[in-house]
Amino acid sequence: MNRFLFVLPLLTLAILAGFFGWSLLSGRDPASIGSVMVGRSAPTLPGQLGEGLIKAGKPVLVNFFASWCAPCLAEHPMFERLKSREGATIIGIAWKDKPEATRAWLQRLGDPFTRLGFDQDGKIALDWGLSGVPETYLIDAQGIVRLHFRGPITERDLGTILPLLRGGS
Amino acid sequence: MRSFAALRTTIMLLLALVTPALAVEPSEMLKDPALEARAREIGRALRCVVCQNQAVDDSNAEVAHDMRRAVRERLAAGDSDRQVMDFMVARYGDYVLLKPPFKSDTWLLWLGGPLVLLLAGSALLLAARKRKLEPPPAPLTDEERARLSALLGERKP
Repeated sequence: MNRFLFVLPLLTLAILAGFFGWSLLSGRDPASIGSVMVGRSAPTLPGQLGEGLIKAGKPVLVNFFASWCAPCLAEHPMFERLKSREGATIIGIAWKDKPEATRAWLQRLGDPFTRLGFDQDGKIALDWGLSGVPETYLIDAQGIVRLHFRGPITERDLGTILPLLRGGS
Repeated sequence: MRSFAALRTTIMLLLALVTPALAVEPSEMLKDPALEARAREIGRALRCVVCQNQAVDDSNAEVAHDMRRAVRERLAAGDSDRQVMDFMVARYGDYVLLKPPFKSDTWLLWLGGPLVLLLAGSALLLAARKRKLEPPPAPLTDEERARLSALLGERKP
């Protein structure tokens, strides 16, 4: 019993060190809480925005962005690439942005979006459980949300996006 | 001295009146005070999804503003408080509730604290009882006592 008590602090330290080590190396984001949308059918988009695209036999990416958002600028080349190399269908929704500012931004950087929507009052975003921009959803051919990304898409995320994007088409 | 005490009391009383500033703007409020009161009740129970530990009513974040507006729209449309909460949970998950529901994947969150207390308490209790049960050491025999005094005597200069 006494010997065990001496080992206890060391054991606790080892467990903590193991947990911290795993947290650092596994690339886990402790701030990420995911989205309840994943696994559900995608919320409807207003007007003609999703018509003929969502649930139309091809996966669709839905990207919420804004011209005033720096991380959106950072992820923009990823969408350009998905569009030109993969022929991805991407619906862009400008969140709390002036339409003229959005259009100027896209003109300057290139427009990878199959269709462009505006959500100036944040109503569409609320239906999608958005917390800010950028956020991206991948919807499969059957209209089910498969992936959700909070924050900018990176090179590494393509590894999870591409199989679903190709597999479903 | 007395004026100091009075001043202190006044300051204390004034401090007691201080409440955290609400982020709810007048333009957001509903005209019906009963509905607005319900909206406040809900707004206090909802977590602002970008500020992590702030209620929707206390946050100036854009999303919190949108959520307050949505709550009021639902209430004005005749939803019950429960329905408004469900509306938010359907979009943001249980995370949006400052008081998460008790269910299969949250029981540890609710019971973890009391459970640790119970475990530690019983461990302490057991240890205390064991110590009490240990018999007191036997008194020294005459022989030991003689040796002890001899040893102590030796050390004396």
